[in-house]
Amino acid sequence: MMVTQRSSDEWDRPAPVAGSYAFVVGDDPEDPGSLLEVSMGPQHPSTHGVFRMDVVLDGETVVKLKPVFGYLHRNHEKIAENISYLGSMPYTDRLDYFCSLTNNWAYALAVEKLAGISVPERAEYLRVILSELTRLQNHVCLAGFLAQDMGASGTPLMYGFREREKILDLFESLTGARMMCNYMRFGGCRCDTPPGWLDEARAVVDSFPRFLHEFENLLSSNEILMSRTQGIGVLGKDLAVGAGITGPCLRAAGVDYDIRKVDGYGIYPRFQFRVPLGEHGDTYDRYMMRILEMHESLGILKQALDGIPEGPIIDPKAKLRGFRPKAGESYGRIEAPKGELGFYLISDGSPSPYRYRVRPPSLVNLTVLEDLCVGHNVADTVIILGSIDIVLGEVDR
Amino acid sequence: MLGSGIIKGLAETGRNFVGSYFDPERMTTVEYPEQRLAPKENTRQFPFLVFDGEAALAGLRCVACQICEKECPPQCIYIEKSREKKPDHLGKPQFHPAIFDIDISVCMSCQICVEVCPFDAIKMDTEFELSTSDRFGGLLMHKDLLARPNSHFLKVHPTDAGVIDARRAEERARLEAKARLDSEAKAKEAPPAA
Ligand code: SF4
Ligand code: SF4
Repeated sequence: MMVTQRSSDEWDRPAPVAGSYAFVVGDDPEDPGSLLEVSMGPQHPSTHGVFRMDVVLDGETVVKLKPVFGYLHRNHEKIAENISYLGSMPYTDRLDYFCSLTNNWAYALAVEKLAGISVPERAEYLRVILSELTRLQNHVCLAGFLAQDMGASGTPLMYGFREREKILDLFESLTGARMMCNYMRFGGCRCDTPPGWLDEARAVVDSFPRFLHEFENLLSSNEILMSRTQGIGVLGKDLAVGAGITGPCLRAAGVDYDIRKVDGYGIYPRFQFRVPLGEHGDTYDRYMMRILEMHESLGILKQALDGIPEGPIIDPKAKLRGFRPKAGESYGRIEAPKGELGFYLISDGSPSPYRYRVRPPSLVNLTVLEDLCVGHNVADTVIILGSIDIVLGEVDR
Repeated sequence: MLGSGIIKGLAETGRNFVGSYFDPERMTTVEYPEQRLAPKENTRQFPFLVFDGEAALAGLRCVACQICEKECPPQCIYIEKSREKKPDHLGKPQFHPAIFDIDISVCMSCQICVEVCPFDAIKMDTEFELSTSDRFGGLLMHKDLLARPNSHFLKVHPTDAGVIDARRAEERARLEAKARLDSEAKAKEAPPAA
């Protein structure tokens, strides 16, 4: 592309140097320099991690947008192909570091399918409880961050974090760590709940609706939030399905697809819950989807906490060391808070997988960012990105 | 009415602000170095080596089997076996680690070493204030820095340590009973020979 620029004295500021972070790309002979390419990120507070958006702007309006990622690449898949099956479990915590327990579950599910291991009842219940708690804390943070991106610095985010803290405390007293839980094992979970843990969990679940009510009072009918999000970043049904979008983003577009219902993995078919659907597919719908899903999660949690039986926590036949599944392949997927999280494994009978592949929801959901942003203002790209809900640990792996 | 949503939100903020002075539910901040929350029993930070008795390095339970070294996902444990064996708590001759290093700048606190150790020799500590100005040597822990008495283990993870102590006591008791039976049998056999 030919680069034309006005002379520097005309602009009364130093001419941008090629290769610096803002340079003029417009080549419209009538109006040279009308388009501006801006690199947002990778150290931009709004990008939720080390992520860069190359945006081409016409004034305030986005003309083109290119997501650039890979800054957080840690070679997760290749490392996993060189260590034992168990050794990858703590690394899965670090994919989507907000939701380590759902990552654990997806990986455990894939290995259990591969090796044909069964999971005891109590462990299945615990898995459901933990993953719904994870969904709560993920959505609470997302809603807080979204408000933060809109300029509500602090208040909603801090309310969200206050609630998340209670859930993280539960995680810590059960698994030993707040975020890097490393709790699930092939064939069950690592350890049983400490005494009184289920009652603490019930207390957290019971006090959560009060907070949700507060949060909705604070935000959901707020005129500023509505005018900033309604009609912004509309994701159509066809595009959503065609691009493989999953999770709340897809359901906000009105497509009824929830892997908890479709696959019925674990013991989800036993629970009564509804799948909230949006109508417009805009940013407001994506926000509301999270709020409604939290209500449904609370319902599942109540049922699971009431129904959890006593019993063993891990399949007695499951082996910790020297685990070698027979040759074969498997794909385990779950409905993570951000969408479909899948692990694809090929085993050749050796102690480490021959191929290990993660299907991260954040990465796939990010692919439609340009379609959502074109035509909107720069300030809206930040909100749209926030409403897609990405975590760069998972995008880059 | 336009703006009613905002007013509703502001009322909520006001309630939270005032509540943060009176309602313990809303007073969640802890002033860290002065105030501390009691650590949870399951909390894990970095591994330590358990020893029995008084002398730290002589009493290490570790038998240098190197299982944890092999299983540690980021490979941050380095072990060298001793040349000679010495008796463990059951009197069986066992190796012991001549070198046992953990690079805690690499360790990711995953607890896999603890799970795979068949000798209950390595456990997770709850100590987290380990910052140092030397990020290379200062974070490479040798076995003298890693060794902690069993009483420390009992303090940080009472339930776990209780179960393990009971099991070890039982093993020892079984062994002693067996030794007694053996010596009685020997004593019975002895007179005819004499
Ligand atoms: S700590 Fe345990 S697993 Fe590691 S070498 Fe010592 S005895 Fe073996
Ligand atoms: S806690 Fe994990 S990373 Fe640290 S030494 Fe043990 S196995 Fe290695």
